[in-house]
Amino acid sequence: MTDIVKSDAIPDKIPASRALHTNLLKGCMLVCVSLTIALVGFLILYILIRAIPNFSWEILTTKPSYLKGTIGVLPDILNTIYLVATAIVIVLPLGVGAAIYLTEYAKSPKLVKVIEYAVETLAGIPSIIYGLVGMLFFCQFLGLQTSLLAGSLTLVIMSIPVIIRTTQESLKTVPNGYREGAFGLGSARWHMIRTVVLPCCIDGIVTGCILAAGRMLGESAALLFTAGFAHALHGYIDGITSSGATLTVALYVYAKEQGEFEVAFVIAAILLILCFITNYLAQAFGRHMQKVK
Amino acid sequence: MNLTDKNSKDSIEAIASTIFLVLGIINIGFVLLICVYLIIAGLPAIVKIGPIDFLFGSKWASTAAEPLFGILPFILTSIYGTAGAIVLGLPLGFFTAVYLAKLAPRKVRFTIEPLIDLLAGIPSVVYGFIGMLVLVPSIRYVFDLPDGASLFAAIIVLAVMILPSIIKVSITALEAVPEEYELGSLALGANEIETYYRVVVPAAKSGIAAAVVLGVGRAIGEAMAVMMVAGNAANMPSLFESVRFLTTAVASEMSYSSGLQREALFSIALVLFVFIMLINAALNLLLKHGRVRRK
Repeated sequence: MTDIVKSDAIPDKIPASRALHTNLLKGCMLVCVSLTIALVGFLILYILIRAIPNFSWEILTTKPSYLKGTIGVLPDILNTIYLVATAIVIVLPLGVGAAIYLTEYAKSPKLVKVIEYAVETLAGIPSIIYGLVGMLFFCQFLGLQTSLLAGSLTLVIMSIPVIIRTTQESLKTVPNGYREGAFGLGSARWHMIRTVVLPCCIDGIVTGCILAAGRMLGESAALLFTAGFAHALHGYIDGITSSGATLTVALYVYAKEQGEFEVAFVIAAILLILCFITNYLAQAFGRHMQKVK
Repeated sequence: MNLTDKNSKDSIEAIASTIFLVLGIINIGFVLLICVYLIIAGLPAIVKIGPIDFLFGSKWASTAAEPLFGILPFILTSIYGTAGAIVLGLPLGFFTAVYLAKLAPRKVRFTIEPLIDLLAGIPSVVYGFIGMLVLVPSIRYVFDLPDGASLFAAIIVLAVMILPSIIKVSITALEAVPEEYELGSLALGANEIETYYRVVVPAAKSGIAAAVVLGVGRAIGEAMAVMMVAGNAANMPSLFESVRFLTTAVASEMSYSSGLQREALFSIALVLFVFIMLINAALNLLLKHGRVRRK
């Protein structure tokens, strides 16, 4: 049936120039798609192939030692976990709350517009500027020094737009009938949100968190001047208040300033795998959300 | 339900609504905080150096005995670098997007899309690292240069980095075009490819323009990857020479700067911020334009 709908059922009437035009565009598309795929394939394979010989239990579970001349990435892994966990815990209530305000509470369309414009602006600001302002405000003005805490507070401001956007989207998918039903039964607004609306969009909020965590894992420019470069091994409390390099910052320092390419490849592979996992999880939750609908 | 219970419920409701109001407004506060800090930190040096000398001075020698603070090389490098990245990345991303949105069989599309998401998620230092190890030496070899770290290397890395956002935003724009347009064009005797390029693409014009602007914003704000491949010498931009972008100018000197030099770095950040705000305004305008027309 579809063959009849499409006009290329009568090829003999197509003039040569038209056929050329069509084939040229087709060719362009195929070349571009193959280039894109080749690019991704090359990046993945190159990183993994160069990293695998250097992977060892030792490199993953030790800290760098000048005495033995070995390098380990455990401090960097821990720093990354501390940093991302802290930032997520802080950004979650801030972002979800703002999204709830925008979709459930706000009455003045003007204020909503201004807030949404502010959020869009935050999303567009480059990370190096967050790094500078974070350094001026958190490290110097609030006196936190160069510490993971200052770094994670900087990341909080940076990733608020992601959380707000995904939460808002999933709040909007909750049918208005649910809200009206709850109001009709005499529920007040917060009670209605807590018991009816929020349980419906847990998936969306989780997706937002995963996306935000993914961005934090890959962030480096905002952390150079706020979180610092140290590779010391700490527990959570000591770690969060002292300077520490995350995986990305460590990759930069090892590759650019110390020329330790073996370690850099290991870190790059770890980052690649983490990125793959966060993408997969975000997609899985997103798909789950659509199925429920 | 007794009276005190109702009162406490009312006060919980009142507290909740105030908290949410504050959480909403705090975002405006964040933007103001960033603006105010950048202006306070960035303006003094611009005034001291003189806005004309600062913006249009063609020599940057911050650590010389008689320091010069002209950031024209950085501004031009950022503009050329971004333009170059768009020139390379746009056609690649555009054709890929049309293929994925319209021509690709479902299976192909569902295998390629996660790869593009992966491309979007790879941290910028990883791009910089691979660029440093693969791209820079090959540029040096192919073009027979003393050093491959150059504007050209930065352009290629930036083009790869903006590719996923161009592809994804374009796909969204292409898919938002009503199917009737396509069916009408096919019924009039155009073949598939002609329909996609003469009907669907023009209808998705503003969305694709938004993809370009988004790419511009990404490229102009990228720091780490560029810092690893561009060489970081404060030259006027030239394709095969070591150059410094606005972002890398801030990042590369910040750790050892002091006095007027440090203030000038904040001024560079302020200039970058103004650029970004202009790009954001353009993006908003385009997206709104697209929405209004579709209605």
